[in-house]
Amino acid sequence: MRAADVGGRGAWQGIASVLLLLCLWQIGAGWAESRLFPGPLTVLRSLTQEAAAGPLLYHLGITLARVGISFVIAMVIGTALGITLGRLAWLDRWLSPWLIILLNVPALVVIILTYVWLGLVETALLVAVALNKIPNVAVTLREGARALERDYAEVAQIYRFGPWTTLREVIIPQLAPYFLAAARNGLALIWKIVLVVELLGRSNGVGFQLQSYFQLFDVPRVMAYAAAFVLCVLLIELLAFTPLEHRAGQWRR
Amino acid sequence: MTIRLAIDRKVYAARAGAPERVLFENLSLELGDGEVCAIVGPSGIGKSSLLQIIAGLDGDFVGSITSVPQPVGYLFQTPRLLPWRTARQNLELVMFDRPERAGEWLEKVGLSGSEDVYPQRLSLGMARRVALARALAVEPKLLLLDEPFSSLDEETLRGMQDLVATHIARLRSTTLLVTHHWYEAAALAHRVITLDGSPARIVDDRRLQQARAAE
Repeated sequence: MRAADVGGRGAWQGIASVLLLLCLWQIGAGWAESRLFPGPLTVLRSLTQEAAAGPLLYHLGITLARVGISFVIAMVIGTALGITLGRLAWLDRWLSPWLIILLNVPALVVIILTYVWLGLVETALLVAVALNKIPNVAVTLREGARALERDYAEVAQIYRFGPWTTLREVIIPQLAPYFLAAARNGLALIWKIVLVVELLGRSNGVGFQLQSYFQLFDVPRVMAYAAAFVLCVLLIELLAFTPLEHRAGQWRR
Repeated sequence: MTIRLAIDRKVYAARAGAPERVLFENLSLELGDGEVCAIVGPSGIGKSSLLQIIAGLDGDFVGSITSVPQPVGYLFQTPRLLPWRTARQNLELVMFDRPERAGEWLEKVGLSGSEDVYPQRLSLGMARRVALARALAVEPKLLLLDEPFSSLDEETLRGMQDLVATHIARLRSTTLLVTHHWYEAAALAHRVITLDGSPARIVDDRRLQQARAAE
């Protein structure tokens, strides 16, 4: 289910489908009767316990901050790189193979190498996550920059829009769908990578907590942390991406 | 300000399956201040390309052109309205110092009530009228009109012709009008240039005695 559907026209179907999933999960858990496959109610109990008396909010906050910072770094650098490559064919011919290589280096290798080279520090985490995401953003925005309509640029030139108005009125509206696609995919990818990076080399954050509870085989708490994070991402979707997407696309038929 | 254009050679490189083509060779054109000139000729001869060159949008030719008077109003062959801006906003964007007059302009082209409509919701004829309003609203010193009255019904066509005639007479805009129709040329222009051949050349250049715009 896409979160956009929850806020938009398919609202009731979206909510119903989530409720159906929860019911199926509860029925499956009841049928399995195993502490390794807890139902949603058990997970909810763990979630409230961790939130009220445990360290969930602290670790969640740390991870969200890391996701936020890496996201901004990856989007800024990836967007600038993508637009530059989309507009400068000669540079694209030089850097395109680098992008393909970076896109295909396993995330885990990048994480290990940055930890080895930079040490088990916060900067290494941010660099590792950004390096994993920048090529995706760059490739998407490069397509956007290639697809910029010359017709509108000519209108801007004839009617002497100037650089700032041209950027705001002509370029950004054309790049917005590409930027939003990169941002949405970016968030999904980044938070998954951040958890792995935390698990491998940090002593706090959701990833670190997941590892701790994994070692204790405390599946309800593993699921509680995952659920808390998914809820946060869903909220970001609903409060940020969906309205932005709606605003950027309202002129479409 | 007289515009002097001299094209020694303009070549379209082979592209997307089309072979290389010499569009113009030794073509020169002089447009007097406030002159209204129509360019007629068969499809694909290079009429629109000539407008692009004069507008400064295509500098890829061997030859020279004097600077053109500003501001320029350009009605392109397709409306080229920014699709993410409403009809009114498209006008406001070019009317820096008097955006509040955008509504008046829409009224002049018979589109009051469509101010907040996005271009995708407008018919081609309506969108072209917004684009015509945009070209005139800048109070152009140079007005370039590329088939301005296509996609319009007979009645609207007359109205738009009158609107253009009134404004170029008031502003004394140097005007280049590309058209397929002699009657359109005769209705507005002081002078009609006919292009033909390959590479295209001026085969006829005549001044009209009873130009409506000069009335």
